[in-house]
Order: sequence, then structure tokens, then C-alpha cells
Amino acid sequence: MNRHSLRLPFSPRHLVLLPLSLVMLLPLAWMLITSIETLSETRHFPPHLIPAGIHWRNYPDALDAAPFGRFFLNSTIVTLASVAGNLLFCSLAGYAFARLRFFGRDVLFVALLATLMVPFQVTMIPTFLIVHDLGLVNSLGALILPNLVTPFGIFLLRQFFRTLPIELEEAARIDGCSRLGVLFRVVLPLSMPALATLGIVTFLWTWNDFLWPLIVMSSTNEYTVQLGLASFQGAHDTKWPLLMAGNMMALAPMLIVFVVAQRWIVQSLAATGVKG
Amino acid sequence: MIARLLRSEHVAGWLFVLPAVVLIGLFGIVPIGWSLLLSFQHNDLLTPPTWAGLDNYRLLNNDPVFRDSVRRTLVYTMLFVPISVAGSLAVAMLLHARIRFARFYRTAVFVPVATSTVATGIIFNWLLEPTYGVANYLLGEVGLGPYGFFQDPDQALYSIVAMTVWGWLGFDVIIFMAALQGIPNDLMEAAKLDGSGRWATFRRITLPLLSPATLFLIVWSTINALQVFDEIYVTTRGGPLQATTVLVYELFNQAFVFFHAGYAAAIAYVLFLATLVLSLVQLWIGRRSVYYTS
Repeated sequence: MNRHSLRLPFSPRHLVLLPLSLVMLLPLAWMLITSIETLSETRHFPPHLIPAGIHWRNYPDALDAAPFGRFFLNSTIVTLASVAGNLLFCSLAGYAFARLRFFGRDVLFVALLATLMVPFQVTMIPTFLIVHDLGLVNSLGALILPNLVTPFGIFLLRQFFRTLPIELEEAARIDGCSRLGVLFRVVLPLSMPALATLGIVTFLWTWNDFLWPLIVMSSTNEYTVQLGLASFQGAHDTKWPLLMAGNMMALAPMLIVFVVAQRWIVQSLAATGVKG
Repeated sequence: MIARLLRSEHVAGWLFVLPAVVLIGLFGIVPIGWSLLLSFQHNDLLTPPTWAGLDNYRLLNNDPVFRDSVRRTLVYTMLFVPISVAGSLAVAMLLHARIRFARFYRTAVFVPVATSTVATGIIFNWLLEPTYGVANYLLGEVGLGPYGFFQDPDQALYSIVAMTVWGWLGFDVIIFMAALQGIPNDLMEAAKLDGSGRWATFRRITLPLLSPATLFLIVWSTINALQVFDEIYVTTRGGPLQATTVLVYELFNQAFVFFHAGYAAAIAYVLFLATLVLSLVQLWIGRRSVYYTS
């Protein structure tokens, strides 16, 4: 290829990246546009790419049609509890596996790691039976309890703790600090990047989880945002403006958080390799 | 006495891991064995279970619905994995440069990562709606279609592939871009000085240095593809004419619609085995071709 025969005034990368970006954004943009259209506007071909007016009513209508506020509250409780539980319990366990020598440590660690290899679908039915026996079916506890601590989080934090200089912890011990004190006053303050990663990944995973809530929740009052959305679609089959307005409200907080905190979220995902 | 016990490293260690051991034991380890036991039972989740021996597995082997679901899962996986991994590699290479609008491009590619599988499904239901959907309109403008998408048994599975690639591409790009940033610049400079062309540099330097990330993504995407469920539940519900009834969808039906818990557990173990074998084969092949820097 002759390099000098063809010279664009801009990088040729744009020729691919611009159309690609538009294709990637199209589904979300189309959701936004439809959410402010009237029902009759959506029953038209070719579609109105630009709506005649802004039809805000779909939003209050969607709020009337399904208790989105309740869904949000449920998802928020479940997500916050799971994030807090993971930060606390994975720190404790991760620290013990990283620094303490106790009977059975290595066997235990391998056993916990092995569960990472097992697909959720394998454990799903017995887990349902256990949750059922605990009387937790149809309560937020069913979503929180099994997700309070994850082998993934323990592994992530253990690996990070091992990179810290042990001298600091030894010095604190000599100064009379308890093991718990060392963890909370010395180790955790140095581990903010790893804790942020675990928090963000747990947040995305819990907020977007669908299959497990679908199995254990049956009353609308206990639905999470994802379950609520799925049932909302079932109830309003082809009322696209209403559906898109509901979808917009359910997605907007996450999209805003993502765009604002994109750098940290991207770093966290890159560090761990997990999407919800 | 108690104070001395608490100071022992053995006791402290166990106390630290206790909450994790109890919870993961109860919800992670016990269910693995229980599931295996279930797969040897006739169990409808209501009446007392009876021993079935290998009946469930024998039944699986002769069940056309199950066999078809395996076939569809493999078709889906063989399309999803190469398209999303190769596609994201190309996108990451394009984005890895100082160009204008880079921030906009990155956001556009990453934003589906924040979109839940359920929301993605609902959006695509509307986008790919055969009569009024905007996809048929835009494709019609360039002389294609109209398509039935989710409503056409011959196109539904491919439509699922397209939708899930949209949802997952950004994640793969994030991994590749992080790996690209890890490549030392002097390597590229040296290659340039030695007169290496762009393609040669990509083939002989970039690609080998990206091979650990590539292997990770292939293994990870395969695991996820074998377990695809959410997007199908929200869009086609396994239809039309079972065209998108993949393995986990069939598992879900058997367990929680028909209450054949034993049979469903057997499906789960087949999935487990398939995931394990495929991952190990990929890692084994990968080990011979992946280049790790020390």
C-alpha cells in the first residue's frame, strides 16, 4: 500500500469508531426517544426518529403502573447489605488466609477456591431448598444471606494483602495492637484500591442479578428492580412508550453512576474480570 | 484461659474465617453434593424423593428437547465467543491511540456494560420488533430485510447472539485495553526502529503480549455463553418453537416450571462437566500458545 497516495485530514480510525459508537448508542438512544413518544407514534412505520413533542406523561404513568419506588428500595437494601457484608467478611477471611497460620488453612482455602469453578446453576436448586427451609423464600434475606461473602472476594483481598509490607503489621503487633486492630487500623487503610474494586464489582453484580431473585421471589412487594422490570414488561406487552419510560427510570441511576465514575469502574473491572 | 486461647493464632485464624466458612459452606459447598444427590433421585420438590439411580442421566440421553438444547447452546457459544473476543480486540486496538473524541468513543462502547441483562432484553424487544422496530427500518434503508428477529425460529438464536455481543463487548474491550496499556512503549519503539511494519508489529509483538488477556476472555466468555439465560428469558422465553431453548433455559423449566428437580440437577451436572472440560481444554491449548512475560 502506498502511504502517500491517500491522506485523510483525520485519523482513519474514526471511519470505524464513529459508526460503531452510533450502533452501540442506538439501543439506549432509541429507548430514550420512545420513552417520550405517544403510543400512536410508536405504531407507525417508518418510525418517527424525532418525536413530534415531548410526552412526559409516560413517566408518571409508569410509576402508577408498577411500584418502581419499592423495587428501588428493595434493590438498594439488598445491594448495600451485600457490599457491606463482602467488604467485612472477605476482609476478615482474606486477612486470615494471607497472614495467619492456623490448622487446616490451606485445605480450607483450596476448598473455597474450588467453589469458584462451580456454575451457579449447579448449586441453585439445593440453595433454593436451603433458603426455603430457613423460611426466607419471598424475603429480602433470601437475596442477602447467600451473597454476604464470596470466594471471589476472599481471593481478591488475600492476593492484595500479601503484596503489603509485613513489617508494618509486625510493628503494630509489637506496639500491642490486637490482630483485629492490625487489620482495621493498618491493613485496610492501605487496601482502599482492592476494597473499592470488590465494592464496585459486588454492587454491579448484585444490582443486575436476575436468575436467583427470579427463583426465590414471588410477591411484587419483594421484587428487585430487575424482577420488577421483567414483570412490568409481561404486564404491558406492547405499550412501548410506557415500557421504555420504566426502563429509563430503572437504568438512569446506574448509567449516571457509570458515566461519572467510569474511570474507577473500568479499572475495577479490568482488575478482576467480572461483569454482573 | 479464654484470653490466652484468643491469642492463639489457630483460634484467631478460625474466628476470622468463621463467617465465610459457615456461609460459603452452607450456600456454596453443601449444595454441590446435594445437587449430585438430587440428580440420582426422582424429586418434585414436594413429595418425598425416591432413589432413581442413573435414570435421570439415561433419560437425558434420550430426551430430544435436552439434546436440542445442548446443540443450540453450542451453536450460540461458537458464535458468541469468537465474535465478541475478536470484535473487542479490534475495537480495543482502534481505541488505543491518541485521537479526538476518544472519551466519547470509549463511553459509547462501555455503557452497555452498565446496562442490566433484563433492561437489555426489553430494549432489544422493541428495537427488533418486526413491524414497527427501528432495526427493520434502518436495515430496510440499506436494502435488507425485513426480518422477524426474535419471532422467526430461524433468526431468533442469531438475534440473541447480536444482542448479547452488544451487552458484553464493552467488558472485553476494557480487559484488552488494560492489557494494551501494560505493553511497554519501548518495545513498540524498538520494533519501529528495526523497520517492522504495522501488521508485523501487531502479529509478532502486540498479539503475543495480549495472549494472556485473550485466553482469559475466551475461557470467561465460554463459561458465560454456556450459561446464557437472562436475555433469553426476557425476550423469546425459549421460543419461537423452542428455537432459543438453551441448556440453562431447559434446566430452569425442568426445575421451576415442571418441578422435575432430580432431572434438572442431572442437567446441571452435565453443564458443570461441560464447563469444566471446555475450560480445561482451552487452558491446556492456551498454555502452549500463551506468552507470559515474567
